[in-house]
Order: sequence, then C-alpha cells, then structure tokens
Amino acid sequence: MSNTPLLSTRGLTCRFGGLTAVDRVDFDVRPGQVHAILGPNGAGKSTLINLLSGELRPSEGEIHYRQHPIHGLPAHRVARLGIGRSHQKTNIFPRLSCLENCRLAARIHLGGVIASWRSRAAARQVDERAEQALATCLLTHRASTPASAMSYGEQRQLQIAMVLATAPTLMLLDEPLAGMGREETSRVTGLLRALRDDYTLVLIEHDMDSVFALAEQITVMVDGRVLETGTTAAIRGSEKVRDVYLGRHQQEQA
Amino acid sequence: MLHRYPKRVPIIMLALTVLLVFYPLWGPVLIGDGSDFFLEKLTLMLILGLFAMSLDLLVGVVGLVSLGHALFFGLAGYTLALASPSYSAASLWWMMPLVMLVSALAALVIGALVLRTRGIFFIMTTLAFGQMLYYLVSDASFTGGSDGVFIMFKPTLAIGELTLIDLESPLQFFYFVMGMTLLTYLFLHWLIRSYFGQVLDGIHDNEHRMQALGYATYGYKLAAFVISGVLAGVAGMLAAMQYGFANPAQLGWHLSGEVLMMVILGGMGTLFGPLLGAFAYELLHYAFEHLTLYWQLLMGLTIILIVLVLPKGLAGLILDPPRLRLPRVGVGGLLRPRPAASTKARLGLAGHHKHEEG
Ligand SMILES: Nc1ncnc2c1ncn2[C@@H]1O[C@H](COP(=O)(O)OP(=O)(O)OP(=O)(O)O)[C@@H](O)[C@H]1O
Ligand SMILES: [Mg+2]
Repeated sequence: MSNTPLLSTRGLTCRFGGLTAVDRVDFDVRPGQVHAILGPNGAGKSTLINLLSGELRPSEGEIHYRQHPIHGLPAHRVARLGIGRSHQKTNIFPRLSCLENCRLAARIHLGGVIASWRSRAAARQVDERAEQALATCLLTHRASTPASAMSYGEQRQLQIAMVLATAPTLMLLDEPLAGMGREETSRVTGLLRALRDDYTLVLIEHDMDSVFALAEQITVMVDGRVLETGTTAAIRGSEKVRDVYLGRHQQEQA
Repeated sequence: MLHRYPKRVPIIMLALTVLLVFYPLWGPVLIGDGSDFFLEKLTLMLILGLFAMSLDLLVGVVGLVSLGHALFFGLAGYTLALASPSYSAASLWWMMPLVMLVSALAALVIGALVLRTRGIFFIMTTLAFGQMLYYLVSDASFTGGSDGVFIMFKPTLAIGELTLIDLESPLQFFYFVMGMTLLTYLFLHWLIRSYFGQVLDGIHDNEHRMQALGYATYGYKLAAFVISGVLAGVAGMLAAMQYGFANPAQLGWHLSGEVLMMVILGGMGTLFGPLLGAFAYELLHYAFEHLTLYWQLLMGLTIILIVLVLPKGLAGLILDPPRLRLPRVGVGGLLRPRPAASTKARLGLAGHHKHEEG
C-alpha cells in the first residue's frame, strides 16, 4: 500500500467572521481507504468538506491532491480533477428524471455539452455511464421517474449515483445516511460497502454502527479542531474520544 | 422532461399564428379604416414578443433578472441607423450580421462584468449599464442627442436586382417580422430543450450543485447572456426599421422594465408565455390609452391584478386551466377538499413547475 496520501491538508483554517469553523486541520486520506469524519453538530465537518471540494476558500492552510495544490481552485475545477461530492441537504434536480440527473453529472466529464451535441458516440457514452451509476445505486427501475416523485431514501441514493456518474477518484459524502429509516440505512450502507473497492471515500456520518462497519480511518473533530485521528479500532478504544464525543453521544441517546 | 407541455400549447400557438397570417383578410372587415394602423401595431407586438422571448432566456430559464435588456434593443437600432447610408438603402444581408455582431460583442463585454455579481447587485449593474448607454446617446452629437437618428430608407432584402421582400411595404414587413419571431421561437424552443438548456435549468435550480458536478457555470451563463443579447438586438433592429428612427427611449430603463413585465405577465420560463405577454401588454396599453389619460395607472393596476390572480402568468392559464365548475350550493359542497389541486403538478411531474427547495 502506498504511503503517499491521495489528499492531504496542512493547517487548514476557515473563519466566518469571528467564528473559526475549521481550525488548523491536518488531514490525510490514503488512496483506497474509507475515511470517516465524526464530530458533534457544528464541529466543522461540512465546512471541511466544502473546503476540500472548493466550494469554500480556506482562510489559511493548504490542500494537496495527488501532491498538487488545489486550495483556491474553483469548485468546478476541483470536480474535474476527480473529486466528487454529495451534500448534507438533498441536492438533486427535482424536475429531472433519475437518469437525466445522472446524465447531467456524466456529461461534463465526457467532453461536456458540445461533445454530446457533436458526436453520437459521446452521447452514448454519457448514457452508459449514467445507467451504470444508477445500476450501482440500485435505482435502475426508477430511471425515468422524476426525482421529485421518489422517496427521501431514494433521493439520497440518487445523490450518490450522481457523484458516481462523474467517475470520481475520491468521493466526499456528507451524511449520506441522514434522515433514513432503518431499512434504507442498511441498504445504503451495503451500497457504500460495495463502493469501497473502487473508490476512496471521505464520509461524514453520525450513525456509529455504519461508521464502524465501513471506515478504516476515523478523524474526530470537535470545535473545528481534530481531536484524534487513527484506525477504527484505535478510535473505538480511545479514552479521549470516548470522553468528549462517544460519551456525549451515548448520553444523548440514553 | 423539462418544458414538456400539453398538446394544447402548440395548438393554441398555431391557431394564433394562423389568425395573424390571415389578418389582411379579417382585419379590414372587423376593424375597417383603422386596419392599416392596427397592422403596424401587430408588427410591433411581434417585435416585442421576440424581445420578450430573448429576455425570458435570462429571466425565466437561467433565473437572471436583468433590468438593462433594452440596452441591446436600442444599441441595435442605433447600429442600423448609423451604419445605413443617408441617401440610399442598405442591404439587410450586411446590416443583420453587423447588428448581431455588435450586439454579441456588447453582450460579451457587459455579460462578463455583470455576471460576476449576484442577486440584487446583478439587477443594479444591468440597470447601470443600460443607463450609461442611455445618457451617452442622449448627450452625444453623433447619435443626434435626444432626437435620435433617422433611418431614411429601410434596408433592402434582395438577391442582385431581385427584391425578395419589400420591407417598405407594411404588409410584407409584417410577414417578415412574423417570420423572424417564429424563427426565434423555434430556435429558443430547441435551445431550451437541448443539453445546453438543461445546464441552464440546472443553474437556475441550484448553481452550487452544478459547480460541484464540474460545470463552469459562469461560461454557460455568459453564453446565454450573449444569445439573449443578440436576439434582443434583432428585435431592436426590426423596431428601428418599423419606427424609421433610433432614439434614446429605445434603450432606457423604462423599456427594460416594460419587457420584464411582458415576461412576468406571460409566464416566466415558458417562452410562449412571454410572447403572449407582449401581445397582452400592448393590447392593454392600446385599449387603456384610448380610454383615459391616466392609462398608466390603470395599466399598473391591471397588471398587479393579473399577476396576483395568475402567479404563473398567461402561460399558467393555458398549462393549468382553472376549473370553471361552480361550487355546489350548500356547506358540504363548499367545505369539501378541493379535488387534489393537481397532485401531479405539486410533485413537479409537470415540467413547468419550479421547485422551491435548493
Ligand atoms: N456559511 C457560513 N457562514 C457562517 N457560519 C457558518 C457557515 N457555515 C457553517 N458555519 C458555522 O460553522 C460551524 C461549523 O458548521 P458545519 O456545518 O461545518 O458543522 P458540521 O460539523 O457539519 O455540523 P452538522 O453535524 O450539524 O452538520 C457552525 O457553527 C456553523 O454555524
Ligand atoms: Mg454538516
């Protein structure tokens, strides 16, 4: 296994006015791994993802992807480099069908609008990739259903399918299981497990069972800072994490 | 999936087109002496319809509210007027590409700047650019100041010696304008349903998401801005030919506001709506002007009323016709829940319904 990280940040900081949402974060994602980010509400997890995907500009610090600096690149350039993301809020195009949502995602990575216009082969490639993404996310039977007419869980699946359709190397998923029922959670957890072999995943998730089942590395964030980072087993055993986060989590559930 | 309309839309539009085509037959019978004058009114409505459709691409499709769209309309008029020789007619084969080129360049430069702003700032900067040009042509001597520039001869449309369409003839000009408006409609109809149009819809729904997918949305918006500006230029050129002059009123914020009202009145993002909106606006204008001196007040009130009753404009009236069934007498009939105000529509199955959530 290679030891050079696929993505790494050094001293990454993001301030909103007086609030430091992400505070000097050093974060390494190794290729082929599932790296989960845990943390209480407001810990800065989504902000971190937004920085990695180029949606936000860091106030300070650096982000390197394949050893190239990417901080300061606009979001669409980051996406073209192979970093796909899904949002915490369901973020699909409700008026388009499932397949059309995925086509929109695939097209830009296969030469864009003009290529699809000009050549039939390019258009077919877009179709194939979109259909494949739907199949992977178990949505083939919904291909022509308008996204708005699907269940919430299916919309979340579609969101993952759209990221897949961009054929990313690294996927940043912000709470893919949020708001799902038990059955949906286990279905999507299975889906994510299947993605493990082909993609590098950064995953924000509150559902502990799923995190422990999926992740190889875990980073725990509190108040914008990294509290602890390590293998799943190490984080499970960490007293510090248990005190600050898991303990609180269990108290909340009790 | 998007912009898929029920069959009655093309049928109604086709019927209205046929009605217009045969105006020379029914016009004189119905209107009598005023029919020649009304022919020119209809020509103007077609031109404004073209203009409104060009704005709809920005406002309705991409979701960019411009208050400076008349800039391209007026600029095209001035381009035609200033480029035409004083003592002979210019050829439309030259004038049309010239006008389109000037409009495209202007839209490219202005678009590149205004598209860096968002929301209210976008509205303000488009307005500011419009007003800048307005004061420039109102004060400069080569543009004839506030009097404007006259176009002594309408351009010719000929191959060699053979005149294809005599644009000096009001009737032939009417058909020519109708053809241009129809072409524009078909072009935009196709564009909105193309891949490019899908990207524009996506930007309207959720620009961040499009960027996260990898779309350089700025470029797409700029392309839409240029196409919109060129079409507005074509409309402005036709208007200048119709009036026989170019003057500052053709590019002021007043006209920009009016065309925006036509788009809203007709139904944003539907294309056929704004076309109808232009006709409705002008017909109202025409009717009220004859009724009272305070026509603008009446006009304003009527438009407010229409927009309140029909939030999706005239297009909404056609796409979701209100049920004209009277409520049954008796409390039971009145209290019964309304037969699902189109569940399909609420789910967004009907393509034209915009979703609120981002
Ligand atoms: N655009 C913004 N402007 C100002 N403050 C923001 C912005 N985005 C996030 N914040 C603040 O930054 C902090 C971190 O927010 P963030 O969304 O990253 O948390 P999170 O860890 O994803 O939480 P959750 O589990 O609730 O999703 C919060 O206090 C939030 O209010
Ligand atoms: Mg979050």
